[in-house]
Amino acid sequence: MQPTESSGQDRESPDDTARGVIVEALTIGLTTGAYGVSFGALSVTSGLDVWQTVALSALMFTGASQFALISVLAGGGSVAAAVASSALLGLRNLFYGLRMRQILQPSPITSVAAAQMTLDESTAMALAHYDRPVPRPALAFWSTGLSVFVLWNTGTILGALGASSIGDPTRWGLDAAVPAAFLALLWPQITGRRLLGVALVAAVLGIALTPVLSPGLPVLCAALVPFLFLKGAR
Amino acid sequence: MMWAAVLLGSAACYLLKALGFVVPERYLDKPVVAALVAMFPVALLSALLAVVTVGDGMSVVVDARLAAVAAAAVALTLRAPFLVVVVVGAATAALIRLL
Repeated sequence: MQPTESSGQDRESPDDTARGVIVEALTIGLTTGAYGVSFGALSVTSGLDVWQTVALSALMFTGASQFALISVLAGGGSVAAAVASSALLGLRNLFYGLRMRQILQPSPITSVAAAQMTLDESTAMALAHYDRPVPRPALAFWSTGLSVFVLWNTGTILGALGASSIGDPTRWGLDAAVPAAFLALLWPQITGRRLLGVALVAAVLGIALTPVLSPGLPVLCAALVPFLFLKGAR
Repeated sequence: MMWAAVLLGSAACYLLKALGFVVPERYLDKPVVAALVAMFPVALLSALLAVVTVGDGMSVVVDARLAAVAAAAVALTLRAPFLVVVVVGAATAALIRLL
């Protein structure tokens, strides 16, 4: 992650100390806090009230799924379509949980809390610090999870209150910020030709089905696209 | 209706996270499953992106949102952070509507 200044001589690079891990976790938390501000603002713009927005960030606590839920609802989709879209986007957390169980070996009671803290960020940090000369995967996981939880929810509250106080959100272009947010979520995930193909076919399918199916369903149909790309996967 | 979606969606997402901690590994440790799981977010996010950019209920409309996405793409190629990308998108749409 961060370059270390001295090489070879030090047993522990600066990043590997407990303090280094916590500083890194707080930095990640601050980044997601900024992202939480945009979620809070866009959620209110999409028609959820401040309480629903705050509840969503605390209870669902997985960014892409939250964006999916609010935009399917804003587009007039049913509760079932909104829930299904966010669950499909949250499917990856199941696999993160599997890895975290192997690495952290939490007790059943700890697992209840660890499950909620299982996210892109906390998983990436735990995996990164599992491989270091001085492994601190548990500290990395929990400090990142907690830091992101606190700052993501703080950001959400600020964004939601801010957006609900500015009046007509379309005047500020906030409705157009939703697709910009999806592009920002999608962008780093397209890491190869196959994924680019998946993205293009899914986008075309989503648009093609929009006039035909009721809102929310075109996006769910796009969940079938990966099956078309299974051949030659691996 | 909004509350139902918030609570059911949250329950579903928590359940998926928790399943990872309890399901026996052998059910998930398959290359096909891993390949699908890597592709799901891309397919869904891309379809959502397309639908919220040009969708309006059940019709397809090209308006300021498309320009906002183009501006966001430029910001992303310049490695702008998430919040900046979102603000660039919003500002572009607001500007076009002012003109």
